[in-house]
Amino acid sequence: MSTPLVEMKNVSIAFGGVRAVDDVSIELHAGEVVGLLGHNGAGKSTLIKMLSGAYKMDSGEIWIEGNRATINSPRDSRDYNIETIYQTLALADNLDAASNLFLGRELTTPLGFVDDSTMEAETRKIMARLNPNFKKLKEPVSALSGGQRQSVAIARAVYFNAKILIMDEPTAALGVHETAMVAELIGELKKQGLGIFLISHDTREMMELCDRVSVMKNGKMIGTERVEDVTEDDILSMIILGKNPKSAA
Amino acid sequence: MSDQSAPTPPPKRNFLQSLEVDTRLLGMIGAFFVVCIIFNILTDGRFLTPRNIFNLTIQTVSVAIMATGMVFVIVTRHIDLSVGALLATCTAVMGMTQTQWLPNLMGLELGHPMIPWITIAVGLCTGAVIGAAQGWLIGYQAIPAFIVTLGGLLVWRNVGWWLTDGATIGPLDQTFVLFGGISGTLGAFWSWIIGAAATVACLLAIWSGRSTKTKHGFPVKPMWAELSIMGVVVAAILGFVAVLNSYTVPSRVIARDPGLFGCETADGCVAAYGLPYSVLVLITVAIVMTVIALRTRLGRYIFATGGNPDAAELSGINTRLLTVKIFAMVGVLSALAGIVASARLGYHTNDIGTLDELRVIAAAVIGGTALSGGVGTIYGAIIGALIMQSLQSGMAMVGVDAPYQNIVVGAVLVAAVWIDIQYRKRVGAKS
Ligand SMILES: Nc1ncnc2c1ncn2[C@@H]1O[C@H](COP(=O)(O)OP(=O)(O)OP(=O)(O)O)[C@@H](O)[C@H]1O
Ligand SMILES: [Mg+2]
Repeated sequence: MSTPLVEMKNVSIAFGGVRAVDDVSIELHAGEVVGLLGHNGAGKSTLIKMLSGAYKMDSGEIWIEGNRATINSPRDSRDYNIETIYQTLALADNLDAASNLFLGRELTTPLGFVDDSTMEAETRKIMARLNPNFKKLKEPVSALSGGQRQSVAIARAVYFNAKILIMDEPTAALGVHETAMVAELIGELKKQGLGIFLISHDTREMMELCDRVSVMKNGKMIGTERVEDVTEDDILSMIILGKNPKSAA
Repeated sequence: MSDQSAPTPPPKRNFLQSLEVDTRLLGMIGAFFVVCIIFNILTDGRFLTPRNIFNLTIQTVSVAIMATGMVFVIVTRHIDLSVGALLATCTAVMGMTQTQWLPNLMGLELGHPMIPWITIAVGLCTGAVIGAAQGWLIGYQAIPAFIVTLGGLLVWRNVGWWLTDGATIGPLDQTFVLFGGISGTLGAFWSWIIGAAATVACLLAIWSGRSTKTKHGFPVKPMWAELSIMGVVVAAILGFVAVLNSYTVPSRVIARDPGLFGCETADGCVAAYGLPYSVLVLITVAIVMTVIALRTRLGRYIFATGGNPDAAELSGINTRLLTVKIFAMVGVLSALAGIVASARLGYHTNDIGTLDELRVIAAAVIGGTALSGGVGTIYGAIIGALIMQSLQSGMAMVGVDAPYQNIVVGAVLVAAVWIDIQYRKRVGAKS
């Protein structure tokens, strides 16, 4: 197989005494969607936050396109073309959609001032693709519904031509229609050759969207399987029992 | 929540919505006018004379300059209790620089033309360095701003005392004192020129804002609304200049040196003070700070950090360095305020700027800066400073004793924040 887009090797992190992620290895290839499943508190968000630069791992290695990567900050992660939709969305509630979309990467006029009108125009364009009903461009995002806020966070991640996309429960607050649009978007991005880490608690959705799924429990990796090779029940039992029935068989 | 898709007709809007003016701004200006009118009645018309308006303006400048910086501090969920003390250290440094160090150590004679400018540069650098140091303790060492600046309040007030051996320093340089207010004004002619230039600049700014919107196909307000706003802006600027220009120099002052006012002899010579340099300094600070807040990345990051520090961090913003920059800015502004304050007195005194930290915080908060972070405006802080100063001067004119003045000012501060909270609930904004 080709060099993986991302390879996390034996990564661990502990908060105080809690080993939130314990010796986990995972890889992601271009044009692939890898799902992360597991109970609340299993360590899924923590694992991807080490890739997105929000946390610094205690030990382990990250390799990106075959090169050892040092990711010490969110900025480093962005420099590797990694974009993240955080579970908490990470929006500045007092700013409008456009300011959030471009936060940290504002478009500027030739004189170096922020170019709000161009950013707003760009935001209108991308939102028209993601959530055509979205009209509240002038309001602070605190005035938006949960789903609308989620659309803003998704727009921010896909706008900047990422190579690697991390989506931590991107559809948790979305309606049926909007969820379908995100599913479609994931398919589209995959075709463009992005690698996507997707976290969700919806096993059925994961079986449809992902190429491979990984299951975590108590900070440990239980197993990674191609979706064709397993049934939904296999996945569920991995999540619940913390054992891989395939490897046991 | 306006529907912005093109084919549907725009929904009916009321008068204020069409104007798209900030209702909070209107409320503050309204409150300011109410204060002025009440005092004008209580003082039998002595409050709203050109002379008193002139005095009010120059008394407000120093606090207003610092208040613009305090907005950024409070927006990022910090506080700065040290501005008054920092001001005192900066004026002590500047006082010593111009009267002792430059003449005695560098051999520049008193009155040397370079003295005021070197002094100002030294003062601004002092402010920046001290501010940045406090910002470093807050941002990089994670000591709460409240503690760092509470310590700073004690330290800098007394470093100022130590530098001067507790003595009053002065008289200050002749050019330096021009920044104080009445001793440095533009006169009628140049005040009109500046007023006209400001008018043209504002009209151009409004117009270019409108054409950018049209270029991107965004909705614009109706032409009548745009024109009314332009009308109000023009009236406000030129009205202000007219009022200051109608404060004429008393004949006994002219008699001292008629040449200064462009007359051969004192007889029949009429001259107006016009715009003080200190007010020009404040206006420049206001414009620069507003541009920073609204049009630069720095400003965007300040507000984003105030709204959600974690989100700002995750977006790659260096919030620690940002904290250093904000406190350094406040340091520079305190030094600038110190130039104006000491120039107005003509001396550096030990107690200069005492309690200014409270006035500055009150001005920012009355001006709508939310202590919960993320919300605040520069113009609000300046109007807040004006309201505070009007209350204080007005009560002094009416003859209210100082302790009662403080009781009123304290109560007004709490009431203003309460009204602001009610207002936010009304408009449904979370704060
Ligand atoms: N910043 C932190 N400080 C201390 N403990 C943390 C921190 N972040 C996560 N943890 C702990 O690490 C463990 C894993 O948390 P994590 O957020 O990764 O779970 P998760 O799998 O994403 O769960 P969920 O499905 O609820 O989102 C939990 O026990 C949590 O309490
Ligand atoms: Mg999680």
